[in-house]
Amino acid sequence: MKFKLTFWRVVFIVIMVLGLYSSFIRFSRGLGAATNMTDQFPWGLWIGFDLLCGVMLAAGGFCMVGAVYLFNVERLHPVVRPAVLTAFLGYLLFIVGLMFDLGRPWFIWHQMIYMNFHSVMFEVGVCVMTYTTVLFFEFLPNVFERLNWKTPIKWIRKIYPVLIVAGILLSTLHQSSLGSLYLIMPSKLHPFWYSPALPFFFFGSAVAVGLAMTIFESTQSAKAFGRQLELPVLVTLGGGLLVALWVNLLLRVEDYVHRGLIKQVFTPSYEAYFLWLELTLTYLIPITMLSFKKVRLSPQLLYLASISTVLGFITNRLNIALIGFETYVGHHYVPKWTEFTVTLMIVALGFALFGLAVRYLPIFGSKAEQKLEQPERMRVAAGVLSHAGN
Amino acid sequence: MSKAILYDATICIGCKQCEVACAQQNKLPYDDAVAAESVQSAHKYTVVLTKNDKFMRRLCMHCEKPACASACPVGALHKTKEGPVVYDVWKCIGCRYCMVACAFGQPKYEWGSLNPRVRKCIMCPDRVVAGKPTACAEICPTGATKFGERDDLINEAKERLRQNPSNYLPRIYGLNEVGGTSVFIIAAANVEDYGYPPSAKIGDTPMPEYTGRVMERIPDFIPVWTLVLGGIYWVTHRRDEVAAAEAEHKTGSRQ
Repeated sequence: MKFKLTFWRVVFIVIMVLGLYSSFIRFSRGLGAATNMTDQFPWGLWIGFDLLCGVMLAAGGFCMVGAVYLFNVERLHPVVRPAVLTAFLGYLLFIVGLMFDLGRPWFIWHQMIYMNFHSVMFEVGVCVMTYTTVLFFEFLPNVFERLNWKTPIKWIRKIYPVLIVAGILLSTLHQSSLGSLYLIMPSKLHPFWYSPALPFFFFGSAVAVGLAMTIFESTQSAKAFGRQLELPVLVTLGGGLLVALWVNLLLRVEDYVHRGLIKQVFTPSYEAYFLWLELTLTYLIPITMLSFKKVRLSPQLLYLASISTVLGFITNRLNIALIGFETYVGHHYVPKWTEFTVTLMIVALGFALFGLAVRYLPIFGSKAEQKLEQPERMRVAAGVLSHAGN
Repeated sequence: MSKAILYDATICIGCKQCEVACAQQNKLPYDDAVAAESVQSAHKYTVVLTKNDKFMRRLCMHCEKPACASACPVGALHKTKEGPVVYDVWKCIGCRYCMVACAFGQPKYEWGSLNPRVRKCIMCPDRVVAGKPTACAEICPTGATKFGERDDLINEAKERLRQNPSNYLPRIYGLNEVGGTSVFIIAAANVEDYGYPPSAKIGDTPMPEYTGRVMERIPDFIPVWTLVLGGIYWVTHRRDEVAAAEAEHKTGSRQ
């Protein structure tokens, strides 16, 4: 096989080289040299993005599994596998990110023996560990099908109900608990983002982003791999996203009204600018767009609405993790270039692994497809199969 | 039972002997450069600050219900029955949640180390268990830092405020803040001017309660949610089975 140097491959290589160099700095000279974290800002970009956003972006897995296997939305069946793949990779990379951020990553297994049941961090850790295992089993059938191993698939089918229920239970717990992490600092986090309802917000945003990410990755991979994506799938997801966004928005507004913050929200301030940015991207743009039937029926516009949603919720979590602490600390935190490049490296790894998995595993089709090796025929087969699946 | 420290800023002379003793006790470097540092750090657990010719000490408050201990996923921090909040370095995984959780910003980190530890005043636990005062209290030439029984020190602080009301602001910082601490401060100036968080802002509720309210629901939530999810799964799949059986029955009867 010949290796062709395309634009994105060059970008990938550059990111990897910078990322590896930054990793070298991190593990040879310590967190102080590799990050702009300080005693006043002990959590930086790696917690804010790699962990808080990483787990949220991987929420599509449990959302789609829940929709299809619990609520029988048969139409969404074709996106379960890519969503589970995204989730599995997301959690693996979350753990990679954690290895960079932890001061003593080689003791991460202490979670399993020195358990502090009062700690939210402990709960998140245990849930993430268990859920990654669940995702591994949900992902395994792809590999078995590729290898044509029939018996192990049967075994996994048998425990599938357990995997499904456990997966959704664990996701409910740790997605919301990521928000609970911040409940212990009412005096530090800015009132725009500190709320007793944080666990609900985090769970709600995980569902919305789960739907948005599924639209995003379906469209993206359809583009990249020249596959036909069925409109009914996107339309269903788009409708679900609109509902999820309204629920999230109502929760947020109710919370601000309840805590008497409405006036402050509309008063310009450093935090308010970031809040406005967040609310515009998360709610104003996608809700306005999705309210039009024309948008809900257009793959291209749905794609844009989903990107806006995802960016909005990323802004939300970065506001909580970083911007919301700046007034308390009294100075700004801007991540060092090494922090950015490590994060970029992890994201790039995610894209690359997704691409590899889609290329070599039956993520977007069923068994019949594996036999057709040529990309041309695969494209045709995918189209035909997805229609047949309907 | 439980021990505490009373710091009376009005009789502190700013000699920084407590800083020296603390450094010696914890085997930390101390020279003129460190003495000049006015912030706490991984190598300076306590600091004497000066503002308008008035002094103020900063150190870990040793909360009665410490946020750091409740936050730590591996229980590397805990409140001892003698009063000190201590740190077991061999458990620590370095997540730094304790640092984020602490309302007083006390835990500091060895950012430059490849095997970093969380550093903070641990109230000389070895000395305290042996019945001795903390190093800082022992060396203090004026008695501004006083070590003793928690209840006795509270009474003493109240007594000092009562006898010399003109010398002090009428408050004992640490008595009720975040549910009470094991370090009490009485002073003529506002502790907030020296970087302590305002009482109104941190409140009297122990910080672990904010997360505890959610965490205590989890043992109930798990079985209920499992039943709900399992139930939904069973219902939807039962419906499928019935539909499939009926369809088969129909097509069968037609033939």
